[in-house]
Amino acid sequence: MADLRTDFVGIKSPNPFWLASAPPTDKEYNVRRAFEAGWGGVVWKTLGYDPHIVNVNGPRYGAIWGADRRLLGLNNIELITDRPLQVNLDEITAVKRDYPDRAVVVSLMVPCDEESWKGILPAVEATGADGIELNFGCPHGMSERGMGAAVGQVPEYIEMVARWCKASTRMPVIVKLTPNITDIRKPARAAKAGGADAVSLINTISSITSVNLDTFSPEPSIDGKGSHGGYCGPAVKPIALNMVAEIARDPETAGMPISGIGGITTWRDAAEFIALGSGSVQVCTAAMTYGFRVVQEMISGLNQWMDEQGHARLADFQGRAVPNVTDWQYLNLNHVAKAKINQDLCISCGRCYAACEDTSHQAIGMSADRVFEVIDAECVACNLCVNVCPVENCITMETMPAGATDPRTGRVVSGEYANWTTHPNNPMATAAE
Amino acid sequence: MSASPQTPGIVAGRLSSSRIAENFADIAPPLTGHEALVAADRCYFCYDAPCATACPTSIDIPMFIRQIATGTPESAAMTIFEQNILGGMCARVCPTETLCEEVCVREVAEGKPVEIGRLQRYATDILMAEDGHPFERAASTGRRVAVVGAGPAGLACAHRLAMLGHDVVIYDARPKGGGLNEFGIAAYKAVGGFAQKELDWLLGIGGITVEYGRALGPDLSVDGLKAEFDAVFLGMGLGGVNELGLDGSDRVGVRRAVDFIAELRQAEDLAALPVGRRVVVVGGGMTAVDAAVQSKLLGAEEVTIAYRRGADRLSASGHEQEHAKNSGVRIVTNAVPVAIRGNGRLEAVTFGYTADGPDGLRETGDTFDLVADQLLVAIGQTASGLPEGLAMDGGKIAVTGAGRTSIDSVWAGGDCAAGGEDLTVTAVAEGRDAAMDIHAGLTG
Ligand SMILES: Cc1cc2nc3c(=O)[nH]c(=O)nc-3n(C[C@H](O)[C@H](O)[C@H](O)COP(=O)(O)OP(=O)(O)OC[C@H]3O[C@@H](n4cnc5c(N)ncnc54)[C@H](O)[C@@H]3O)c2cc1C
Ligand SMILES: Cc1cc2nc3c(=O)[nH]c(=O)nc-3n(C[C@H](O)[C@H](O)[C@H](O)COP(=O)(O)O)c2cc1C
Ligand code: SF4
Repeated sequence: MADLRTDFVGIKSPNPFWLASAPPTDKEYNVRRAFEAGWGGVVWKTLGYDPHIVNVNGPRYGAIWGADRRLLGLNNIELITDRPLQVNLDEITAVKRDYPDRAVVVSLMVPCDEESWKGILPAVEATGADGIELNFGCPHGMSERGMGAAVGQVPEYIEMVARWCKASTRMPVIVKLTPNITDIRKPARAAKAGGADAVSLINTISSITSVNLDTFSPEPSIDGKGSHGGYCGPAVKPIALNMVAEIARDPETAGMPISGIGGITTWRDAAEFIALGSGSVQVCTAAMTYGFRVVQEMISGLNQWMDEQGHARLADFQGRAVPNVTDWQYLNLNHVAKAKINQDLCISCGRCYAACEDTSHQAIGMSADRVFEVIDAECVACNLCVNVCPVENCITMETMPAGATDPRTGRVVSGEYANWTTHPNNPMATAAE
Repeated sequence: MSASPQTPGIVAGRLSSSRIAENFADIAPPLTGHEALVAADRCYFCYDAPCATACPTSIDIPMFIRQIATGTPESAAMTIFEQNILGGMCARVCPTETLCEEVCVREVAEGKPVEIGRLQRYATDILMAEDGHPFERAASTGRRVAVVGAGPAGLACAHRLAMLGHDVVIYDARPKGGGLNEFGIAAYKAVGGFAQKELDWLLGIGGITVEYGRALGPDLSVDGLKAEFDAVFLGMGLGGVNELGLDGSDRVGVRRAVDFIAELRQAEDLAALPVGRRVVVVGGGMTAVDAAVQSKLLGAEEVTIAYRRGADRLSASGHEQEHAKNSGVRIVTNAVPVAIRGNGRLEAVTFGYTADGPDGLRETGDTFDLVADQLLVAIGQTASGLPEGLAMDGGKIAVTGAGRTSIDSVWAGGDCAAGGEDLTVTAVAEGRDAAMDIHAGLTG
């Protein structure tokens, strides 16, 4: 059994799976049950000052679904906690006392002035919580009041608030970033400059999930009107992974601890975030879709995979994918591959043919009896057929060995690495050394 | 061979070896990887899932299916084995249509349950193909437990006890272990010698010694076992059968269905196994269906199941009845055998029609004959050879709690104990739970 114990900026948990700040963590009843189910930690639902905010009294969520109505993306217009501050603080104290081995981080969002931020910290510290997360991410409602994403979109504010907090508490400070920004590296650098111990990302993405064509209201609809809700769930994972990787490989922020969030649903998603440098992962939608027990698959799956790979602890593979994220210009243009269809697995649906024939390179042949085969002389190895095939591993990308001749270009495959920076078609090419 | 389905009498070789091999092939072949992913994708991961509640061993079904879906069938198998160490056999033989799959919410919604049994087989096959045994024994407790019977109940009990660090000796009267997994279950449900393979794999935990050809009764006594061991578990199954009680039951061609099945299960070459041209099976349960279907598969021309009550009272599930009919077996209901005809050798069975009335079943007075050269009797099994002094309940060992009998330090489970259905999976659950209770007693 692999060792899943996690130490994230001094915050310890028995596994890297934390519940993200959201409804699953907005009260003691939930958090106790989450810990019983096996979650390693929680980031408590974001606290603010009294009088506590209110939520809408109609639907908060919209969604998109895949086949078989599998929930792929969720959007919400919920605000931060709508319960009195002291109620939350008392509950946090009780939970942390009873679960000393679990991570309990408190998410905070208060008006953007020094007094407000400094004022709330002693009360949070008194709960025994392990750390704080500054919610600069919420894209709806709170941002209209100058908080959440309104702060997270201005790097100077991030730096300023992080500095205030670091100066006023012994607790580790995690800055939660909003993805509703053009370049995620800017707020991450600001968090670092402000002395934050870590960043966590992503918060939700501004979205409208659908429009009701009878009422012409966006969904979720409150009395005929909707707003720009925050999007999360499996659909946002690629966006989140991209942003995590950007921060992990930015020379200015490289090595800064990251808590990865966004669409994590299975052990594999979590392992990918960790491989891109995350030191812990946070989950919201998967728990909201399947219940707290879903963590048990994440734990067993990560354990099994680590055992199979010989990774004894998380550090053994954490960040291993980061050096492999590079700029396009450094990709090896001498790497030549061809799609290959496994005829034993092929069910002859013809989706690969439609994709390639209609929209790509006419590189798949179809016989009268529905046998589909790749025409190597046309295949550019774009991967589209692989992605549209309903059978996993039926179509694979086969690398051509050095010395073979690519029937498409007539060129012999070189074993040497060569990228765009030295390519003859590049007007800016520098001579290869 | 010259015999055919039409050859009179009880003869071997009615079908070619290749037809026999086809007929006795795996009835529900393993899922391929692609099929398993598609099947697993259909599970909704229900809250407090009805399937898991319906499973007598309470396997966390949604969890193991999710583990398959996320590419970790080995972890899925562990989820199964932690609850049910005979999860491999149960995946093959459980009447899922009356257990987990019956209550699957997709059965309710679409009439098509998630294929839980086949997914369980997919996961367990993968882990069992790996070297070694997946569980480790706890440190030795120095305690010793005797288990009587190497059927599903005894094996589940022994494995759990061994895992908890106790040393176990299993005594079984037969020369081979597995109980009805080896001698009873229909051949096409557990092909390829699976019962013995599973037994060997299970014993891989260590700490379990099996002594074959050792029977409680003539050879061993409960008092003797109690003197030698810290606890005793009885998992002896049902050794006896109900008899028809008609004259002529000794005619050539009249036989107990369980004996016929046991011989079939042990046959090296099924093509060499004799079967009647016209076979009549009396009974209405799983044994009757298995005897009838397998007779048909061996090449009998006509096979009839005759059951004394109405079709609604058949204890064989709808799925099994369907299977019998699809195999070409005729099911006659409300018919009770009243006479066995023939001169030394069976020639026909006379049945009386019955009707369910306010005072129970009564014969209407009308009769009919079924020509037959083989009559297989499957009207229920009974406990036999049970040790003296045990309190009984409806012909079985009375138990309270997790299999505690009326004798101190003696537990019982499986078919020989009262309560629960006579199913492999129930025997496993009872054996396991008794082990936990024994363990609590030994260490508490
Ligand atoms: C024909 C047939 C088909 C069946 N098909 C199915 C099916 O498809 N699915 C299903 O779930 N269930 C099926 N069952 C029921 C299932 O096989 C039993 O419920 C299950 O095997 C009971 O397990 P057990 O361990 O209690 O007893 P058994 O499997 O009967 O094992 C008892 C063991 O005890 C040994 N023993 C008996 N007496 C003594 C003694 N005096 N001393 C020492 N050892 C002794 C026996 O040799 C045997 O090994 C079927 C049963 C029959 C008869
Ligand atoms: C209903 C809902 C409420 C949320 N509330 C908060 C919040 O109060 N504070 C916060 O930092 N993030 C909040 N989030 C964002 C989540 O913590 C998380 O960053 C986001 O959902 C992405 O993760 P996921 O794809 O696993 O859901 C909320 C998300 C949802 C769905
Ligand atoms: S989940 Fe459904 S029942 Fe529960 S609060 Fe929301 S709308 Fe109401």
